Amino acid sequence: MTAAAAPAASPASTGEQPGVRLARSRRNAELSLLLLAMVLVAAYAATVEANVLDTVTPDFWIPAAALGLVFLGLHLVIRWLAPFADPALLPAVALLNGIGVGFLRRYDLAKAAPEQRESLAIFAGTGGRQLAWTLGAVILAAALLAIMRDHRSLSRYAYTLGLAGIVLVMIPAVLPGRFSEINGAKLWIRLGGFSIQPGEFAKLALLAFFAYYLVRKREVLSLASRRVLGVDFPRGRDLGPVLVVWLISLLVLVFEKDLGTSLLYFGMFVVTLYIATERVSWLLIGLILFFGGAYLAYVLGSTVGGPFANFYDRAQIWLDPFAEPYDRGYQLVQGLLTLGTGGLFGAGPGGGQPTLLPEVQTDFIFAGIGEEIGLFGLSALLVVYLLIVERGLRAALAVRDSFGKLLAGGLAFTLGLQVFVIVGGISKLIPLTGQTTPFLSAGGSSLMANWLLIAVLLRVSDGARRPVTGGGGPAARPSGGPPEQLHGAPTEVIRP
Amino acid sequence: MPELVITVARFGFLILLWIFVFTVVGVIRRDLFAGARSGRLVAAPRAVGASTGQPAKPAKVKRGRAAHQLVVTAGQLAGTRITLGEAQITIGRAEDSTLVITDDYASARHARLVPREGQWFVEDLGSTNGTYLDRAKVTGPTPVPLGVPIRIGRTSLELRP
Repeated sequence: MTAAAAPAASPASTGEQPGVRLARSRRNAELSLLLLAMVLVAAYAATVEANVLDTVTPDFWIPAAALGLVFLGLHLVIRWLAPFADPALLPAVALLNGIGVGFLRRYDLAKAAPEQRESLAIFAGTGGRQLAWTLGAVILAAALLAIMRDHRSLSRYAYTLGLAGIVLVMIPAVLPGRFSEINGAKLWIRLGGFSIQPGEFAKLALLAFFAYYLVRKREVLSLASRRVLGVDFPRGRDLGPVLVVWLISLLVLVFEKDLGTSLLYFGMFVVTLYIATERVSWLLIGLILFFGGAYLAYVLGSTVGGPFANFYDRAQIWLDPFAEPYDRGYQLVQGLLTLGTGGLFGAGPGGGQPTLLPEVQTDFIFAGIGEEIGLFGLSALLVVYLLIVERGLRAALAVRDSFGKLLAGGLAFTLGLQVFVIVGGISKLIPLTGQTTPFLSAGGSSLMANWLLIAVLLRVSDGARRPVTGGGGPAARPSGGPPEQLHGAPTEVIRP
Repeated sequence: MPELVITVARFGFLILLWIFVFTVVGVIRRDLFAGARSGRLVAAPRAVGASTGQPAKPAKVKRGRAAHQLVVTAGQLAGTRITLGEAQITIGRAEDSTLVITDDYASARHARLVPREGQWFVEDLGSTNGTYLDRAKVTGPTPVPLGVPIRIGRTSLELRP
């Protein structure tokens, strides 16, 4: 066997063009955008203090600077480990995270007694805790970038991740209520004064598994079959996996009493299925199944009650929140009034009344921020979310392997869907469920899980934008060598 | 604090927020064009840049050197030619493959050839015995240069201009 001769022969035959112009990594653009985002966070803090304290304390800039240092660290890690990653992702997420920390500090100021406000420690309260969580989350994201040098390595642990995801989803459902229930939804694991929300991490693990599974099975799932009304519908027996996921998400709805999480898991699966097969029929089947299931739960809730009662209550509140404005509908009504008070331009950072709104630091943070920056500012934040999702989908389009496409597309969509579920909930578009607003809400689990999501997107976009010939960065190989895919493959000779 | 300062700060913050959004959009826009240019350069086959000695239009030259036919050079189907278009070519024993090969060492859905910006990529579809480009096993989408044999079981295929 002439195994040793093969690598020498391949540059000429499988060769890529040597000396290709270096693709730009755009890291400097990322740095300047990051600085602009931190200037915005500092400006927000200054305006808040001018409004609430009637003066700007000399150390208003410290939280912004601390955040800036943390993000600068991640920026340097990206420069080193993922030099071709998307330049817009980190600054956009940093802005949202910074505004979140700023608003939580503003909430601390509002809660404190007026005479104590000026001396409120920078790193105290929810704002300070969120700052600490941000540090932890960014360190986790950097660690993931360091461990996972190629997103395809994730597919090796797909079944483990899938199992872990299901276990994480199930834990709060089987735990007794006093360990897992907060405000009617069983989504937490509570140990002492500490609570984590395993579902936030489960969505990442499940998505990696879905992506792997669908790459393996998509040939079968996209096979043609019956054509009804111009849409190709899959065969009955191929519906198995989608029905299983549908059942799991319905169980989540029933036992964890949370429509948002259930919608999130099911939507995630249907959209990855759609990306894998390019079949519109999967979207139709998914929507019909979900709305059918939700309606069934609603009907069962009104007649049988029991585990379905919670969903029925929430739907009732959604249909007419003003029926009981001081009782069950209080939170939603206050949220709507808060958004209304904000109007077009808002009361200005620090000018609102966030203490009047229950759960303003978590579920209703978007309404709380909306009161102060108005529709004009809220739409800017929504556009920032949109840009993050767009960059994720762009990475999915550009990456060369199917697993990466499904992973990045699914993750970006999940982020967008989560924003839709919570913003739709507080604006009374859909029944309200307790989802966190990614990067804004107080809470370590949500922040960490979403930063891990961003780390995966950065890794995929690095893989997508890295030139095929490896013209730069730490992974640079002598140009003219065999393509990356062939480099590590064992060489064998087939004799016909 | 005077009312004026607070009003300026309030609207200044909102304007700054939108400036940030538009700056990000600007970066993305420039990035899109830069990406497209370098992407085309990278994806171009080796011969494109080298053979532009004559003053003919580069597009013409590229078309001349691009793969137009898939030829089976060894195996039971030796001599078969498939004219390449825009669509992907699936290879395997399954009846619905573009190229149905009757080869004991081939899987039902063995491999496929996908065109991307004028370059054909071969991708193994999880076959039992693997797909080889020349002598190297194909583990991911791999660009196929002209005249280099793709080996599937006892069958050998080549792209020809």
